[in-house]
This record gives sequence, C-alpha cells and structure tokens, in this order.
Amino acid sequence: MLGTGGDLHVYTDGCRDFPHAAGRRLTALVEMVDIDKQFPGVRALHKARFDLEAGEVHALMGENGAGKSTLMKILAGIYRRDGGDIRFDGKPVDLGSPREALNLGIAIIHQELALMRDLTAAQNIFIGREPRAGWLLDEKKLNDDCEAIFKSMHLAMDPRVNAGSLTIAKQQMVEIAKALSFRSRVLIMDEPTAALNDAEINELFAIINRLKAEGVGIVYISHKMDEIKRIADRVTIMRDSEYVGTVPAATTPIETIISMMVGRTLSNEQAAIPDTSAAPVALEVRGLSRGKEIRDVSFTVRKGEILGFAGLMGAGRTEVARAIFGADPIEAGEILIDGRPVAVKTPRDAVSAGIGYLSEDRKHFGLATGLDVRNNIVLPSLERFTGPAGVLREGAMEVAAKGLIQQLAIKTPSDTQEARLLSGGNQQKVVIAKWLLRDCPILIFDEPTRGIDVGAKSEIYKLLNRLAGEGRAVIMISSELPEILRLSHRIAVMCEGRLTGILPGGASQEEIMHLATLRPSAVAPDPTTKAA
Amino acid sequence: MSETTTAGAKPRGIRITGAYHRLLAFSGLLALLVVFSLASPNFLQTANILAILQATSVNGVLAVAVTLVIITGGIDLSVGTLMTFCAVVAGVILTYLGLPLPLGLAGAILTGLASGFISGFIIAKMKVPPFIATLGMMLILKGLSLVVSGTKPIYFNNTPGFNQISLGSVVGQFVPALPIPNGVLILFAVALIANFILRRTALGRYTFALGSNEEAVRLSGVNVDRWKIAVYALAGSICGIAGILIASRLNSAQPALGQGYELDAIAAVVIGGTSLSGGRGTVLGTLIGALIISVLANGLRILSVAQEWQTVVTGTIIILAVYADILRRRRL
Repeated sequence: MLGTGGDLHVYTDGCRDFPHAAGRRLTALVEMVDIDKQFPGVRALHKARFDLEAGEVHALMGENGAGKSTLMKILAGIYRRDGGDIRFDGKPVDLGSPREALNLGIAIIHQELALMRDLTAAQNIFIGREPRAGWLLDEKKLNDDCEAIFKSMHLAMDPRVNAGSLTIAKQQMVEIAKALSFRSRVLIMDEPTAALNDAEINELFAIINRLKAEGVGIVYISHKMDEIKRIADRVTIMRDSEYVGTVPAATTPIETIISMMVGRTLSNEQAAIPDTSAAPVALEVRGLSRGKEIRDVSFTVRKGEILGFAGLMGAGRTEVARAIFGADPIEAGEILIDGRPVAVKTPRDAVSAGIGYLSEDRKHFGLATGLDVRNNIVLPSLERFTGPAGVLREGAMEVAAKGLIQQLAIKTPSDTQEARLLSGGNQQKVVIAKWLLRDCPILIFDEPTRGIDVGAKSEIYKLLNRLAGEGRAVIMISSELPEILRLSHRIAVMCEGRLTGILPGGASQEEIMHLATLRPSAVAPDPTTKAA
Repeated sequence: MSETTTAGAKPRGIRITGAYHRLLAFSGLLALLVVFSLASPNFLQTANILAILQATSVNGVLAVAVTLVIITGGIDLSVGTLMTFCAVVAGVILTYLGLPLPLGLAGAILTGLASGFISGFIIAKMKVPPFIATLGMMLILKGLSLVVSGTKPIYFNNTPGFNQISLGSVVGQFVPALPIPNGVLILFAVALIANFILRRTALGRYTFALGSNEEAVRLSGVNVDRWKIAVYALAGSICGIAGILIASRLNSAQPALGQGYELDAIAAVVIGGTSLSGGRGTVLGTLIGALIISVLANGLRILSVAQEWQTVVTGTIIILAVYADILRRRRL
C-alpha cells in the first residue's frame, strides 16, 4: 500500500471524478459559513467559509497571513470565532475547546509540532487518554496500542522512543498517529511537508490516501502546487482574511489558483539582477562547522548583493546565521570581513564588526516588546547617545528615531509608542531601523516577512532592495521560495547542515528543491558551490 | 557518516544522560562519604550515619514535594512555612483541643492539601506565576502560624508517644543493632510513593507532560488546570507529613521556624539533577541531593568547620552541580 495514486481510485469508487456530484452525501461533513475573527489590531478572518466532505482531501491555499491557519484553528477549537456558523454532520456545533473538537473527531496537526519532548512517542499519542488499570497507568497496553497504530500506518517506530529525539518527519508521524488514535473524521494538516524529503512525503501521501479511503475528510494547508495537484480533490483559496473561491484540483490550471491567491495575474516580478560580481567581497565564511547542525559551510557575499538562503525547516540556515552573528558557538571555521579575519565570539563582536542580525522570531530575539519604538531603535547604538556620566541624551535619541520612522515609513502614532502595539510589518521595520542606525554594512535577515501581511511584505522587499542598492551585503533566509526567487541575486541552498549548492538568481524552483533535499549520502563535490 | 537515524538509536543517549546526572550526584555522595570517613574515624559510626539520615528526613520529604512541582516547570517557595503551619495545626488539634492523635495527623496533612490546592488554584486559574503565588503563600502561612499559635511554641506533652513518630524506631525493636529512626522510614515511604505516582499514574504522566510542553498538553484536550492544581495539592499534603515529622522531632510546633527550609529543599532537588525548566527529574536524584546536603553539614561539623562555612560549601555545590549538567548538555 505504498503507492500513492493507485489506491485512490479503487477506494473512492469514482467519487473523485465527480467531486460535486449531488446525492453523494446529503450534507457535508463540515460546513463553516461567514466566519469572522478579530485579533487585537488585526482582522484575521472576514466572512470566511469552508466545507469538507467525507473521504476528500480539500486543500486550503493562500499567501501567508491570508487566514488559513486561523480558520482551521477555529475548526479545531483552539480559537473561538467572533461570528458565523459551524456545522458538523449537518448539526450546528460550538467548538469551545480542543477537547470538544477532538471528541467530535476533529484533529489538527500543527505546523509547529506540539509534542512533549520529554515523553515517549506512545505517551505523547495517548496524553489525556492513557489506558489505565485501576488507578495505575497501563504502560504495556499504552505501548501495544501505540504499536498497533504505527502498524496501521506501516510505520516502523518504537513507541518507547523519546519524542524529543525524533527527526521532524518522525515527530510528524507521531502527530498523525495521535490524530488517528482519536478515530478522527476530520484531519487538518497545516503544511505537513514543510520539513519532509521526497521519500517522507511519499510515505505521508500513502497514509493520506489510506485515510481518505476510510472516509476521513482531510484539510490540507500547503503552498506547494505540485502537492496540491497530487493529493487534493478540491482547493479553496483565501486572500487577505477572506474567502476567494473553491475549485476542483485536477482540472484547474496552476496559474488560475495562483492568480486567485495573489488577486492578480502574477507577472515576473523579479527585478533585473544587478551584476555584483565585480564588487568587493564584504563577508566571507570559510568552513563553518558545529556538530550536525552546521557542516563545513563556506560562502561569500559581496557588497550590494542579496544572497538568499533556501532550504527546508531544520536545514541549518538559522544556525549558520546565528553562528556568524556570534549568538551560538562554532567548532571550526573562519569569518572574514572585507578580507580580514575577525573573531566573532559574541553578538557584541559581530555588531562592532558591522554585522546586523534580524532574527526569525521578532518578539523573542529582535524586539524588546515592552520598550517603546524609540528605545528599540537606539538600543544597539546606545553608546552614541550616552553623554558624560552615563546620562542618556534623550533629545538626540528622539531625533534619530524620528528620522528612521520617517525614512522607513514605520506606521506608529509616535516614537514613544510601545513596540508590541505595532503590527508585524512595522515591528519588523523597527528592527531594521535599529541596525540602520548602527550603519551595519552586513545585514542578515532571517525570515523577514514571516507573519506579516501582503502589503507590508512588498514594502519590506523594496527596503531590502534599497539596502543592497546602497552597497550593503544582505543575507536573506526565507522558507518561501517565491520570496527567495524574487529578491536573491544568488541563492544558497542548505540541507541537513550542509551548503548543498549556490545557484544564480533566477534559478528554478525545481533546482532549489533538488538541492534542498540533497541528503548527505548523495552529496558529491558540487561545482556550483564555487560559483561566486 | 550516514544519517539513517533508527528510531531506537538516539533516545538511548537521552536516557543514559538522564541517568548520568544521577550517577554524577551519586558518585559525588560516595566521594563525600569516602573523604569524610578518611578524615575522621567518627564519621562512619552507626550512630553518626543514623544521625545523618535523621537530619535528612525533614528536608528530604520537603524536597520530594518540591520535586513534583519543579517537574511541572513550576516552583513552590511555600513548602517551609507550610510545613510549620501544618505542625501548628496539629498542635492546636492535639494540645489545645485535646483530640486523639489520628485527628491531629489527618489535620496536618489535610491542611497541607488545602494550602497546596490554593497555591495551585492561584497559579492555574488566576494565572499568577508560580514564583509569585508561592512567595505570597509563604508569607501568608508564616503569618498564620504566628497568629494561630499566638507566637508561642505549642508542646505535645499531652500526646504521649508523639515524638516517637519521628525519633522512635520500629526497626530497632526487631533489629536492635540497627535502630533506624521512624522519620527515615517515613522519608523513604514518601519517596517511594511519590516515585510510584510519578512513574505509574496519570497524575505523574501529566506532571512530566506539563513541564515538557504545557501548550501541547492543553492542545491535546487535557484539563491542564485541574492537573496542575492536583500536583500542588499533592506537594502540599507531603509538606503536611514534613510538618508532622518536624513537630515530632522537636516535640513541639515552633511557629517561627520554617522560612529557609524551602531553599534547602530546592537545593536538594537541583543537586539531584531535576531540571528547573521542567519536564525532567527523579525522586531518587532528589534523595541523593538531600543526602549530599546533610552529609556535607555533618562531615564538616565533625571536622570542626564553622557552620557559616558549611553554607558557603553548600552554595558552591549547587552551582557546580548545575554547571556540570550544563557542560554535559553543551557537549551533546
């Protein structure tokens, strides 16, 4: 049962050919109508809708921030809707908690896997429903039951293995097993393949097909068109918190789906790639290594160049960035700035060497959310604003902060507004502002547009282009291929701690994905890594 | 270097390292025993060993209580003054009201349970951080002890045999050569039960799960608040047992006593390798940690080191124990 396409027709008995055939079911398994959801300062959903039938894979697509995850979290009982109706099996339901949803048979597999790392796989799967013998836990039955589920998934895994020690793909399998253990009738998967290689994806699809055959309705959130074509029956597209439309997956051209997602026909937005091959090298990294996370990574970035870093989740891109910034130790390797080796042991060293790092998680690493905008902007440059006797020169700070607020068009009522009250895109700009004030010639952006809306995104893109245009060396880590393709002058691709290749800007998605899934065993000395 | 991670290969490392810290603590304990017995012939005398065990009993019981809470990722600063308050309640029931012994014991334990329940409620339902919630409870209980007792010690002279609960020796009656005090037996019993709860019951499972990833537990549909309250309540009842132990040992409830015990208990937990960030920990490790503290105090006293210096040494050991753990993890 490892084939993917084959089982499908056998078990679904032709349903796939007539996805809208009347009379197949009197009522949909799930119907969500006019769902509204408001978060402080953000309209997350506006009259969003979705329906799901038993035994179908219904893909939910849209750009980041379009509201897909929010809608599904409402279905899973994690968020409460502000308005609208949800019907399950035709009956109105009020999903007040994850437990209620689970009891109805609605399970969600989160994008950020939510496992208890110190517990075993079996303990994770049956958390809250441990088999008992009287007062005691029945560990044997627990492991046997878990084993049985693994077997039904054709999965060879020890139920006693610690969840924290599993690869992301295996952790995902544990999550799926957990969902199955609830005898779920609705299974929501939020970007399940983000961190999987091809073989793992095939395994996952085999399982999805089996579930489908058993009548489980599957919601499949993904950005990957090829997967949608392979696995989905219908596609619902969302944009800017709203429902756009639902189309059959097999017969709708990819271009149509994309234009529904972005709201216009996508032109080739990649600006001409400037020739920076003659510009001086700003940053060179040689043989950077640490354990399994970073293995012998070498590359250069020239002044005025945007070097994109692509790869799957856990490929080691953030680790490389943090190591260059001195935030984590390295075991071997050299960092050269303007051709001179520099010892970067701490972020302080990195900052004085002219490296600015905009971290993946703004709230935790990049932004002091409790401080106001002004203080966030001047934080790395505080020495410049310190007068005699250590007294801060507030006036100068205000002038500098206001200048940058204007320059970057940061939307804030004043420079004394608390940073946490700003929208995601504007928070990101505040982080950029602080490194601009430091005047860093080398800037590392780690997922610069994660969690910010479409409009703010394009502003950030413009800003990145401008920064490079001013002669700064820019490293941009992104998990969104369109973003990488649109901005990068060259594209470095990582897989499992290795730099598997550096492609010229304008490379195809396929080339990038090939390098991103190039397992260590398959890594041969690659001539492209020497391109520069 | 092939990357085919078989499911069984990696986790063994984790388990070994978990045991590693216990092994480290245990070797530390052995090393201390060796050093002190070489330094002084009096150290290994049966009487001295029994004295060490006796001295461990109260701190050990409190440390077991704190272990449960720390594994959930929380902290309980109120265990010391709660112990005292439970002792005072026992005193009121037995001495002031003159009620029979079992009622006094039950009163102490139920008081602990109730107080733990309140701490748990404040933390789980009112979302007050555990540090603050139990700091508040610590002061409340300290004050209540003084109020209820009228700031005077309550003696258990009307309750014959009360001091035998801790100081007597059931074992000694059968094996006269080995008069292990009952207090020590009670410590071991508490430890065994706590270990059993942690390893074999749903409460224990949730204790680890909460410390490991509370949000994941919540998303799994578990009633997180209820279980968290249960852990604090259980820890509270164990403090009630500690209250009985200390009252029996002193044959009185001393209302001014108690503050400072929580720090010794936390020290024992930390030396024993329980992670303050939650999710990991063992009762056995905590017992070893508590023993290390008492052996140190006892050995240094025998070597005539001033008490002030004993505290300095204990502090150093805490830092070294945690640093050893950090070094190990960095290497992984």
